[in-house]
Amino acid sequence: MTATALGAPAERREGRQKVSGGARYAAEYTLPGRAHAWPVPATVAHGRVTGVDTAAALALPGVLAVLTPGDAPRLATPEDATLAVLQSPDVPHRGWPVALAVAETPEAARAAARAVRVDYAGAPHDVTLTEGHPDAYAPEEVSSGAAHVEHGDPEAAFAAAEVRVDAVYRVPPLHNHPMEPHASTAHWDGDRLTVYTSSQGGTTVRSVLAQLFELDEDRITVEAEHVGGGFGSKGTPRPDVVLAALAARHTGRPVTLAYPRRDLPAVVGHRAPTVQRLRLGADRDGRLTAVLHEVTTHTSHVKEFVEQAAVVSRVMYATPALRSAHHVVPLDVPSPSWMRAPGEAPGMYALESAVDELAHALGTDPVDLRVRNEPGSEPGTGRPFSSRHLVECLREGARRFGWAGRDPRPRSRREGPLLIGTGVAAATYPVQVAPSTATAQALPDGTFTIRLNAADIGTGARTVLAQVAADALGVPLDRVRTEVGRSELPPAPLAGGSSGTASWGWAVHEACAELAARLAAHTGPPPAEGVEVRADTTGKADAESPYARHAFGAHFAETAVDTVTGEVRVRRLLGIFAAGRILNARTGRSQFTGGMTMGLGMALTEHSSLDPAFGDFTESDLAAYHVPAHADVPDIEADWIEEDDPHLNPMGSKGIGEIGIVGTAAAIGNAVHHATGVRFRELPLTPDRILPALSAEE
Amino acid sequence: MNGFAYLRPTGVQEAVDAYAAHPGAAYLAGGTNLVDLMKLGVARPTALIDVGRLPLDTIEERPDGSVRVGATVRNSDLAADPRVRDRWPALSQALLAGASGQLRNAATTGGNLLQRTRCPYFQDLGKPCNKRAPGSGCGAREGVHRDHAVLGHSEQCVATHPSDMAVALAALDAQVELYGPEGARKLPVTDFHRLPGEHPERDTWMRPGELITGVLLPATTAGVPSAYRKARDRASYAFALASVAVVLRVADGVVDQVAVAFGGLAHRPWRARHTELALLGAPAGPAAFEGAVALELAHAEPLRDNAFKVPLARNLALDVLGRLAPAPAGV
Repeated sequence: MTATALGAPAERREGRQKVSGGARYAAEYTLPGRAHAWPVPATVAHGRVTGVDTAAALALPGVLAVLTPGDAPRLATPEDATLAVLQSPDVPHRGWPVALAVAETPEAARAAARAVRVDYAGAPHDVTLTEGHPDAYAPEEVSSGAAHVEHGDPEAAFAAAEVRVDAVYRVPPLHNHPMEPHASTAHWDGDRLTVYTSSQGGTTVRSVLAQLFELDEDRITVEAEHVGGGFGSKGTPRPDVVLAALAARHTGRPVTLAYPRRDLPAVVGHRAPTVQRLRLGADRDGRLTAVLHEVTTHTSHVKEFVEQAAVVSRVMYATPALRSAHHVVPLDVPSPSWMRAPGEAPGMYALESAVDELAHALGTDPVDLRVRNEPGSEPGTGRPFSSRHLVECLREGARRFGWAGRDPRPRSRREGPLLIGTGVAAATYPVQVAPSTATAQALPDGTFTIRLNAADIGTGARTVLAQVAADALGVPLDRVRTEVGRSELPPAPLAGGSSGTASWGWAVHEACAELAARLAAHTGPPPAEGVEVRADTTGKADAESPYARHAFGAHFAETAVDTVTGEVRVRRLLGIFAAGRILNARTGRSQFTGGMTMGLGMALTEHSSLDPAFGDFTESDLAAYHVPAHADVPDIEADWIEEDDPHLNPMGSKGIGEIGIVGTAAAIGNAVHHATGVRFRELPLTPDRILPALSAEE
Repeated sequence: MNGFAYLRPTGVQEAVDAYAAHPGAAYLAGGTNLVDLMKLGVARPTALIDVGRLPLDTIEERPDGSVRVGATVRNSDLAADPRVRDRWPALSQALLAGASGQLRNAATTGGNLLQRTRCPYFQDLGKPCNKRAPGSGCGAREGVHRDHAVLGHSEQCVATHPSDMAVALAALDAQVELYGPEGARKLPVTDFHRLPGEHPERDTWMRPGELITGVLLPATTAGVPSAYRKARDRASYAFALASVAVVLRVADGVVDQVAVAFGGLAHRPWRARHTELALLGAPAGPAAFEGAVALELAHAEPLRDNAFKVPLARNLALDVLGRLAPAPAGV
């Protein structure tokens, strides 16, 4: 055997198909007789539908049906209440679907949706998150566990600290806005349901549809061959697939629903805004004596979702006194949900900004300060780390970035009207892994096929799983095929929580290792039907680990702040990561730089406003919701250090899908402070914030 | 779906006649804005009269030193034209500061002038907007309005005009050529767009059925130093938070010719006449610039959340004036 396939920069297998338009997405399944659906969003922020007049819509040419809360097929009560669409006249927030038009073409469906007249009984609404909101409560849990973790006496320790930072940071609502909007094509054949859907996890789509439509799972087929991004917003089924299936059942036709871009913010989840109070106490040598991280965020009245921003303080730094706590305020807002590094991304913006403030207060280099507070075990649990190379990331990043010799004084570097600054921040993301099944098949022609219902959401899952297989089989990569994205394949968990490759790869590795052993014991070529091995990692992948397992990283940013306009532009961005073994250098780098670019957007350009009067998000298209353009990302570099961690999975990998976004905004914010001498504590850093503060400073 | 007729006239007269024959029609050129508005249900023309392929796609020099730009010349082509880049650089810079490469390839000179505001309340049928539905109210005045007007707004409307190109044209004293049922006429770009007043539904002073046939770049500003600068949330593909186009000629240290126009501040490109009056004949230098710009911006009436636009516009104007002014002798 030659060089291992694992780690090689193998090219994305479906790349040619994608760039040549050959890859088919969920809305592109042109089944015979296919109709199109268009949702009618609620135009009140709270209340009840009292009447739906569909006459004008139904009179339009090409219109097949208008489903309303009164006549849509009934569903079983879903666990996720955002999927109970068209089941009740209640309107929990503006944008909630209150009817669905179905027509021969998308244009006819859109016209019909606009012609539907909905009457409401409005009720008062409140969409404004404030600190100390009277409805705030402490949730019992966040998605990673306890909502509140505390040890020592943090209040007393903070009060007694020699040096203190006490600051409040704000992150606005943010939207996932994957390039492909949420879309599904549904088709009923008797009591068999087939859906083509844009999802990060088809196995869950099938089980949820089975529950909602009260069908056995084997009556349902879910395909998600290509998925144009999700960033968490397709982690579980969203209303598009339920509405498409309802419409298809109601009309007896295959139905496609491709959610309009403008409707996505209200329907598919968003990153909830956070108000984060950070209190750091330290001694004069810069050793932390108290860390208090208290988060207030919002959720909807539909369901509780808590943006778990304070959990990062349980991982990052040694402290004898810790409080990591959350409060949540239910408002009449669309339901928040996962967005790339939910919790960690906003949480590390606040924590790593506060650490920078502490370094400034102490007169200590911010890299050194972090190194000084490196914990021996995980602060929140006391468990040993399976591996932790944050210090190495910081040092390697500092070396590559040219951090040494930096003049730490704010506003010390000027180029004409530009103030130049550099900043650093750490990154962390937990290792998550879930049980998966997979089969590996050896064929007589010497090739192999790997099968499992994984989702390739643009990450290169097909490619990297082939690498895992080739490595375990000891065969060249081009002899391995991967089949993913169909529910008749062996069940596999979602592409989310940076867990996909670890979870799927584990099962693929097991199946291939056993297949290799079987083939070694076999003489002659495999039989015509091949030799197939199935693996199931239940009991292994989900076994409790005695270790605290996290990936770490360090971001370095150089920014230029224009004193004429208050415009902030990033000149250089460098991320160095320690995330176990990187299984594909090419797609891995894309994951890191993609995350960093999204973090750049979070720092500088992305924000969404909840309109207090109307109750919805104002920025509803990509002209108004500013994701970074190419011109915003001139020089971005990601690399990693080799990390050998035996406590993970057979490949030795940690997840890499999310850590790139974690800490980026803090590094950029810290660079802006270094450039300007002004500490901004609310994102994004747009001219309306920067310019007045610079003028005040002059 | 909403049906509409589609016509593709071959000449200007035919286009104008077609418009007259189809009540509720709209002219279509690049379609980069109108088609979006049709999808949103904001524009509902009964007929689209496609003027995008009329023979108006040339840039012609005239004996008097002016240049006539046909209405269907694409934004990319106009920006790249060597005569424009050489003699009216502010125009080329403004065009390149707008939209994206793909949009500039499609958008036309005439269509650019006729863009509608990107106010989110205007684009949302579920919300009040006096521009879209007169008398329904203004959602932006007390709503999300960081991007809205600080000059010349009314109780009825606080929207801004989104064009970069129009701001440069306003400073360059360009004229808009129109042809309609009553024949041909010209309007200065500065008198082309309206302030919202009581009728925000009317963006311009065009008469019903009139078609933009071209834009005239006058000899009076040809070769006079000019520049455009825009501030925005991201480095590309974002509308101006504020922008400025400046034309400045200095002779013997004294301002000999000047025009300043602001973008992103008002319902139309905002010619800073107070600034210009104060500067004409004044010594070209920071003190005069500062005072003159302040005179104009003293008229600003920011809304709750957009006061930053006033110092932003000031800084932009001073920066561009400073760059266009020759360094004082002896320095």
